[in-house]
Amino acid sequence: MGSVYQLKRVDFIFKDEKDWKVILKNSISRPAHELINELISSELKGRGGAGFPTGLKWKLTAEENDLVKYVICNADEGEPGTFKDREILSKVPLKVLTSMAVCGHVIRSNTGYIYLRGEYFFLQKDLNKAISEFEEYCREINFDFSIRIFMGSGAYICGEETALFESMEGKRGEPRNKPPFPSSYGYMGKPTVINNVETLAHTYTIFEYGAKRFYDLGVQYSRGSKLFSVSGDTPKPGIYELELGMSLFDFVEEFGDGDTKAVQVGGASGFLVPRKRFNETTIGFQGKLTGISLPTGGSMMLFNSSRSMYNVLDNYLEFFREESCGQCTPCRVGCQQLLNGIKAVKRGDKNAQYLDKLLRLTETMQNTAKCGLGQSVANSFSAIVENFREEMIY
Amino acid sequence: MAKKVKITINEVAVEIEAGTSILDAARQTGVIIPTLCYHKDLCVAGNCRVCVVEIVGQKRLSAACATPCEEGMDILTNSFKVRNSRKHIIELLLSEHNADCTRCYKNGNCELQKLASDYKIMTQDFIRLVPYKNYTIDQYSPSIIKDDSKCIRCQRCVRTCEELQGVNALTVAYKGDHMKISTFFEKPMNDVICTNCGQCINHCPTGALVERNYIEEVWEAIADKSVHVIVQTAPAVRIGLGEELGFPVGSRVTGKMVAALKRLGFDAVMDTDFSADLTIMEEGTELMVRLKKVLEDHDPTIMLPMATSCSPGWIKYIEHMYPGYLGHLSTCKSPQQMFGALAKTYYAKQRGLDPEKIVSVSIMPCTAKKFESNRPEMHDSGYRDVDYVLTTRELAIMIKQAGIDFMKLEDRPFDSLMGESTGAAVIFGATGGVMEAALRTVYELVTGREIPFENLNITPVRGMEGIKEASVKIESPLEQWAFLDGVELKCAVAHGLINAKTVMDSIAAGTSQYHFIEFMACPGGCLGGGGQPIPTNPEIRRKRAEAIYAEDEGMKLRKSHLNPEILKIYNDFLLKPMGVKSHDLLHTKYTARARF
Repeated sequence: MGSVYQLKRVDFIFKDEKDWKVILKNSISRPAHELINELISSELKGRGGAGFPTGLKWKLTAEENDLVKYVICNADEGEPGTFKDREILSKVPLKVLTSMAVCGHVIRSNTGYIYLRGEYFFLQKDLNKAISEFEEYCREINFDFSIRIFMGSGAYICGEETALFESMEGKRGEPRNKPPFPSSYGYMGKPTVINNVETLAHTYTIFEYGAKRFYDLGVQYSRGSKLFSVSGDTPKPGIYELELGMSLFDFVEEFGDGDTKAVQVGGASGFLVPRKRFNETTIGFQGKLTGISLPTGGSMMLFNSSRSMYNVLDNYLEFFREESCGQCTPCRVGCQQLLNGIKAVKRGDKNAQYLDKLLRLTETMQNTAKCGLGQSVANSFSAIVENFREEMIY
Repeated sequence: MAKKVKITINEVAVEIEAGTSILDAARQTGVIIPTLCYHKDLCVAGNCRVCVVEIVGQKRLSAACATPCEEGMDILTNSFKVRNSRKHIIELLLSEHNADCTRCYKNGNCELQKLASDYKIMTQDFIRLVPYKNYTIDQYSPSIIKDDSKCIRCQRCVRTCEELQGVNALTVAYKGDHMKISTFFEKPMNDVICTNCGQCINHCPTGALVERNYIEEVWEAIADKSVHVIVQTAPAVRIGLGEELGFPVGSRVTGKMVAALKRLGFDAVMDTDFSADLTIMEEGTELMVRLKKVLEDHDPTIMLPMATSCSPGWIKYIEHMYPGYLGHLSTCKSPQQMFGALAKTYYAKQRGLDPEKIVSVSIMPCTAKKFESNRPEMHDSGYRDVDYVLTTRELAIMIKQAGIDFMKLEDRPFDSLMGESTGAAVIFGATGGVMEAALRTVYELVTGREIPFENLNITPVRGMEGIKEASVKIESPLEQWAFLDGVELKCAVAHGLINAKTVMDSIAAGTSQYHFIEFMACPGGCLGGGGQPIPTNPEIRRKRAEAIYAEDEGMKLRKSHLNPEILKIYNDFLLKPMGVKSHDLLHTKYTARARF
């Protein structure tokens, strides 16, 4: 049976943005520490997938003593199966802009950038219109904040925050060594807050309704709601705002086609959950309640029994092989070895035990890759190979 | 006093300066962590991941080179997890590396090979990814050969070309499995702004970047009894060669080198130091003439500061990057090319040889010299002035091939006519040396007195600072140079092209106050040249510099204008510095080149 947390639809994000001027004006009249505390008490965590506490991120950057700081909105939405940020930016862009400006007020920055995915070029015109309207109001109320769009060029890796900075600086989009972290050394070496589009939309909600309304949603460690991009073998693909902490079982009950074999949670870099684990899996951040808890950037891909999991994995690996920036060994060579390896096993050139060698290789990739890309290839690989081993071989 | 943090490395507690990388901390405490992409000359990249270590309590491993020590860190460099991961990473690198070791030029001096040997990688679990289809080795440059199938993408060459040289001829192209080190529009190396300095070779851990070698061609010439093969050796070779043949860094092996060259079968072994002294005569005179034209005649066509022209990497750099400033360059050829032009004229005449039957070989610490000898204008003798240029490394290979027990060789002197030299010439091998040699001579020619530095050591232009400055006030000069009375001669020395860029930018901005500037393409000057033994690092270059200055101190003559063979060549052949003969044989012109 399903868990005690029933699937709950929420409607905050796409609720109209007509009060943005009021919210901006009210928020920037409040002291920075109060806004930070509000965010911290809401327990909002980054919605790009990594789940870093947003309030803490703002706080750390606010504490830096630098005259120049930046606010960056990460709209390089590239994870396969994710399409929520596009919707936010086209439907409620002013919420995002408002939150960026409030962040600027909190950390003492007057410059914001939106790093827009290259493929979202079509959003640029309308977004610029919204920015003009927004900046005009800022001038009206004598608030010094400007926002520019920086167009990405289509590399998946540039969604990684430090690779994104490099890209903005006109360099090759390669992740940096961390530490230092963006809060002290970000874009142009300056303290930078970089937030996902959806995270900023949620901060708007929090500034509008207060932390409590947000906190009351979800479960421990995973507060609030989240947008889910539902795709794959489902009768109702689309974007849904749901409360965090739901069980995957309930999710599949709602969105599955009655024949769901597995769900890919969090895109290609996320986790694949086979049917037998639906019940024990909840969708939320670290801190286990019952069974496994999976963080996610919001992509939910459903596969039914007509799908070959070998093909799914082959497809992911091809994606990673191409989208790895190529600088670090475990990711650049590892991805090639994993892909060539499963092909060799399928062809019969390597025996089935070779899959175990590859599983150990994914552990090394997870332990040693420079950034989240190489580290997370293991997630779907191990789940697919372990749960659908026979599909890999025959 | 920098803040200290307490950490443990492999369960040994140590106190380390805050901010020190785990790698440095480990080295300070005698723990070896293997590295590949790390190089002391370069910024930290942290991309090979060979140096990963375990920080207890952290889920993932950390790159030791890129992780600063923090209070309380408990670091394990040899845990089960670390060992497994490291082995995997070496295996991955080997799977994308064309490990055809026995046929590789770097066989025996390859960092990847050493790692594979240290970790005894005997299995080949992973699928070989090389040699891939349709790849070609870039052999178009006369200096550098680039073989992508041996590249492990550590980006040391890219960082070298950017950080040490400011050239950016080598960059990263593509991503993922297609990621490679390439050039602008993937053009061949001879068709881009590459200065041929060879620093990428010196910093490459594998055989992906090597010099184009001419060893077989030279063996062939030596075997040909109908030709007379002469060889010249650059100043920095004698303090580098020993490293390749079992001597410690900083050993002076001049006499043994000459003995070895004679054993190899060269018909005459002479010295680039001779033509270095000659360069001082020509360049020093040129400087005095330029000073006169500017300060006394106010000739607006003459440009100051005058820049030295000994370093062919620097020459190609300025031709590409500052083509409007070629007038600043001294018209003097480099010592190698002066020697070459004289070998097939003066030497041939004096020895009664047919210049067509002379093969002129030079041993250089440099890969750009290979390009230089190839320049179309370097045929002033009527023949190609220098036929083959070998690096210090190539000479060491020939000595090994010939079965010469280098350690046991008795010292031999250079052959005469163009074999005599002074201490002023030997210091050409170190950054600041050309400047120091020039000042020793110019000051004395202008004033009739020795330059007022203790023991002739002009220390302000010595050392490894990227840009050095010195000034010498000229007082009561000889009558002919009266206009220089009271003039403070301002000089600068830049080595490494990134420093040359800084100086050139100040010239371009019109803020430069200098009269005379020495430029060397390579860090440390020729002693750190792209043809010198590998590895290189600041410590090695410092030791080589010490050897250079010790060689200078040990010379009987230490001023170029006192070299008896120089006096003789002006007496018998050239007649005077900057004279007609000099103009024909020893001076050259430069070519403006595009950046793209």
